[in-house]
Amino acid sequence: MIERLGVMVRSQKVMVFCSVILGLLLLITIFAPWIAPHDPTLVNVTAKLQGSSLAYPLGTDHLGRCTLSRMLYGARTSLGSATLIFMSSLSIGLIIGLIAGYKGGWVDQVLMRFADGVMAFPDLLLVLGLVGIWGAGLKQVLIALIFVQWVYYARVIRGVVLSLKEQSYITAAKISGSSQWKIMMKHIIPNVLPPLAIMGTLEIGWAIMHLSSMSFLGLGVQPPIPEWGAMIHEGKSYIRTNPLLMVYPGLMIMLVVVTFNLLGETLSERFGLNIDNKEGRIK
Amino acid sequence: MGTYIIKRMMTIIPIFLIAILITFGMIHLSPVDPAEAYLAAANIQPTAEMLAQKRQEFGLDQPLLVQYVNAVIQISKFDFGVSYVTNKPVWEEVSSRLPATIELTLASLVIAIVVSIPLGFLAGVRKNKGIDHFSRFLSFFGASIPSFWFGYLLIFFFSVKLDLFPVEGIGTWKHLVLPAITLALPLIALYTRLLRASVLENLQEPYVLFARTRGIHEKNIMAKHVLRSAISPMITGLGMNLGKLMTGAIIVEAVFSWPGFGRYFIEAIFNRDVPVIQCYVLLAAGLFLISNLIVDIIQMYIDPRISREGRQFQ
Repeated sequence: MIERLGVMVRSQKVMVFCSVILGLLLLITIFAPWIAPHDPTLVNVTAKLQGSSLAYPLGTDHLGRCTLSRMLYGARTSLGSATLIFMSSLSIGLIIGLIAGYKGGWVDQVLMRFADGVMAFPDLLLVLGLVGIWGAGLKQVLIALIFVQWVYYARVIRGVVLSLKEQSYITAAKISGSSQWKIMMKHIIPNVLPPLAIMGTLEIGWAIMHLSSMSFLGLGVQPPIPEWGAMIHEGKSYIRTNPLLMVYPGLMIMLVVVTFNLLGETLSERFGLNIDNKEGRIK
Repeated sequence: MGTYIIKRMMTIIPIFLIAILITFGMIHLSPVDPAEAYLAAANIQPTAEMLAQKRQEFGLDQPLLVQYVNAVIQISKFDFGVSYVTNKPVWEEVSSRLPATIELTLASLVIAIVVSIPLGFLAGVRKNKGIDHFSRFLSFFGASIPSFWFGYLLIFFFSVKLDLFPVEGIGTWKHLVLPAITLALPLIALYTRLLRASVLENLQEPYVLFARTRGIHEKNIMAKHVLRSAISPMITGLGMNLGKLMTGAIIVEAVFSWPGFGRYFIEAIFNRDVPVIQCYVLLAAGLFLISNLIVDIIQMYIDPRISREGRQFQ
């Protein structure tokens, strides 16, 4: 009993902590143009590679751009892209998972075999292959990440739908003449949402990490758009003289990923949901 | 047991055929015409005549099914075509770069195993003690830290500040240390976590209680029974991650200028060198499938229940 209470209090604290950080990040993302002291793409070669000062709180990069402004706008790129990936792959996964689970039969077979095919390979490999064929760029990376990502949602949703289908209240709804659409909307989707919310928080961390990795390799966000992974890529040449240039964006990536992972784990612990959070995947 | 292995090996063939189909489809669905990409990579201004000639040379004028069958036959002979950039056979280029990547991945695999087995095991046995907290901290941050950033942090502290290891390149064992640690960190995080959870689960099993009541020495119970059965999920994780290790090596090779296959692949992407990209994807997929197969076989020796199930299938 006391131990349970301890878990509750601890998870409460972690949740508050994560929410505060996410709230701050959200504010940064929305209000970046107003908070940022400079234009993030404004080149000022006379002020290049400066240390922190009043005008440039975190100094400037090799082109004299304000590091703080680039970091703040970078939050926009990273979180915006991650949200887009999350929403798109969730919607695709939701539709396909619902159809596969509800219809069953050959539809289910075809959809799930395709999903197995996508899951059969290391995820970064498929992303790299797709970007390799389509060429480097943010749009291509986003599509590739969504293509890899929806599968996991579809699988979980299909599983939930399959187990719900057997429940007596669904049968009762059918017998009493509810339409398929109504059963989906009123009975199935509300039940699918909690595991999806938990999965989503873990997946957003994954998406941010992969997007920044791709940008770091030069395959994702293209200059001069500010993005954390790309900033590390640009800052690496100055590791001897200005190591902080690559330390700041890395800290931000880690902070965001840690927050989402921590939140996801706490949520799943709290709700006792043991969904497949892809333990076999290197994050 | 032999038939189980053979049966398991047979399942690889259709999956690999599908993998070839996927890369084949990727190339044909892409907006880039291989003939155009070839001429662009070779810096030749394309004319309609030359495009037609190249298409014929690549066999692009033939029906898709014929092209696919030809691709499968060529790939089974390790013929991945000719690089658009250097005009040399892709396999020649790749096989000269593979040893460096294999060296790096093997080294990091060894580090990951050597660190995570004792750490995960002790963390499970001494739950909520110092070592457990350390292992949980390590596995959480190891999974959350971007590996390219971690690599640069290592370079900064150990190469720039302390001057212990070279910044980049290949050669002595000193060159290998930092890249191997960078690549190993996410694996250490994962394996430690898997093993810890598995040890905790096994400690709850009745066989542990039974062994204790029989008066078997605690050390023997742990080493001979708990560790042996707890390690099984970790081996599965190992197999699942060998292919991922190869993709992880791309990033580490980029950080440390390691002259392996991963760097070559990134160059190929920028040059739109389609045969090299295809070769990489297929090799990684093949490695992934084969490593899963090997792990299944190892699993079977460790856990006889699996081959018994295999026999029931027959």
